[in-house]
Amino acid sequence: MTKISTELTLRLSAAVESMPAFPKSVQRILELSRDINCRPKELVMVIEQDPVMTMKLLRVINSACYGLPKQVTSVSQSMVYLGLNTLKNMALSFAAMGALPPQGNLGFDIQGYLDHSLSTAILARTLCQKYSHDDTDPADCYIAGLLHDFGKVVFAQFMQAEFTAALALAARENISLHAAERQIIGTDHTVIGGMLVEKWRFPEALTNTIRNHHDDTAPDNTVQSYLFVANQISKKLALGNAGNLIAEDLPPALCERFNGSLQDIIASLGDISRLTSEAQIIAQAARVSRT
Amino acid sequence: MKIKFWGVRGSIPSPGPATVKYGGNTTCIEIRSDDNQLIILDGGTGIFPLAQSLLKKLPITAHIFNTHSHWDHIQGLPFFIPIFIPGNTIKLYGARDPVTGDGPERIINVQLQYSFFPVREAEIQSRFDYVSLMPNAPLILGDATITPTLLNHPVINLGYRIDCNGKSIFFTGDHEAHFNIYDPEDEGYAEYQALIDEQCLTIVNAVRGVDVLIADSSYTPEEHRTKAGWGHGTFDSSIKLALNAGARILYCTHHEPTRSDDELERVFAEALERNASILGKLEVRLAREGQEIEV
Repeated sequence: MTKISTELTLRLSAAVESMPAFPKSVQRILELSRDINCRPKELVMVIEQDPVMTMKLLRVINSACYGLPKQVTSVSQSMVYLGLNTLKNMALSFAAMGALPPQGNLGFDIQGYLDHSLSTAILARTLCQKYSHDDTDPADCYIAGLLHDFGKVVFAQFMQAEFTAALALAARENISLHAAERQIIGTDHTVIGGMLVEKWRFPEALTNTIRNHHDDTAPDNTVQSYLFVANQISKKLALGNAGNLIAEDLPPALCERFNGSLQDIIASLGDISRLTSEAQIIAQAARVSRT
Repeated sequence: MKIKFWGVRGSIPSPGPATVKYGGNTTCIEIRSDDNQLIILDGGTGIFPLAQSLLKKLPITAHIFNTHSHWDHIQGLPFFIPIFIPGNTIKLYGARDPVTGDGPERIINVQLQYSFFPVREAEIQSRFDYVSLMPNAPLILGDATITPTLLNHPVINLGYRIDCNGKSIFFTGDHEAHFNIYDPEDEGYAEYQALIDEQCLTIVNAVRGVDVLIADSSYTPEEHRTKAGWGHGTFDSSIKLALNAGARILYCTHHEPTRSDDELERVFAEALERNASILGKLEVRLAREGQEIEV
């Protein structure tokens, strides 16, 4: 694994504090926080569809200050522990950071990233519900899908020049984005994403899942296998675009676990548009809100 | 241990002829451990008469535990006179606010500004310290052990258990029994229910076997129907918590501010009658301002 300096770790983790969220969720949070009858489940839904807000919320609730009996992996859990107004107030403070530009001047399509993250999250949860024979939690798979590429949005915000060069290199040479990142930045988004969630005391399984999501040796935890397959399906069907459209082959161990190839698994899911309509509705709403 | 109620009213002070019996001051409870540690639960307006009673015994060391930062639990803090008198040691304990990252110091920072109060925080004369608490991490004060637990209110609310030489007290502060934010047909319903069930068990375990449970019993179940999510309990939810945890005596507090003494006794009697078949050995009482109990 690529090593990154302590200085970079500190710089990036501090920078994420001031990172803006996605335009649609910022707008919805402002609406909900003006509504005295705001339904708690709507607030949960907005936060859990925004990788930046989810990341920031889990960072705070998993910090040592709350000494919770176990690490928290979902927005619903945060609601149970912290209460509605605390969650509203936190969401409002995230919204106050402003909104990410929909298409920065860096060649990275922020909306495409969100579409990819959401479709991967929903697919990972669905795969878990369909294929799991153990107690793997579908909610953990959702969070892993939502946050797996978080390192990219951090690069796009805070290392723009290098990241733009990596995107261009991946497109030009037809190589995967993480390979291009390693060449240009010296590390890749899996390392940065894993480093941040480790520093913020996210559960170890989630940290490992984010860190190893491009590792094509057999995934060592079940969440990671659902994420790996979901990620490839999202890319194969172009359900969003996070700068890397190369769908990787499934390692044999995964074909065995899912009883078939990527195409077979896609076929087994039936009408994918039904599954991803949730993500598309959100994405469309986001586009409308920008116009 | 000794308990004295200095304020049992919820939300806003409610003085007047209709509330003389149970009192109009907002939440404040004095606890004395066997070796006379002074533990004060919340600084509602009831802390002012408590402060008066302490002026004869200066200098004092007082440990004030704040359940949460809503007005009715902090309003009396600037009138806790010993903070302005050199020689006293006061510690204010509370949760950390997730938004600002600040501990209980924020309560005093915000209250003691010239716009709201004639004295600034910097002018406090006693030794005044702040302690941010972690849920489930016990704190030892002499012969007493205080353990905070996260309960359910719109803001972070810590319930406190105090153990001393085999006796125990639990005070909820403001607490509403968790309810599912999803409708039964929603996808998230079952997952949320599992989270709630787990958290309820954590709370029951925190209260387990106490001699005295002092619990937010603001509403009747009928009133609660239009006030779900406001963060307050009912007589019935408090009885249920006491029974599940095996508490010996339940004191119902945080009386609804528009409730007269007569109405309070009436709704309380109805609650006892409604639950008569399940109460068993549990003693249920109304908390009354000025009342002292030995545990």
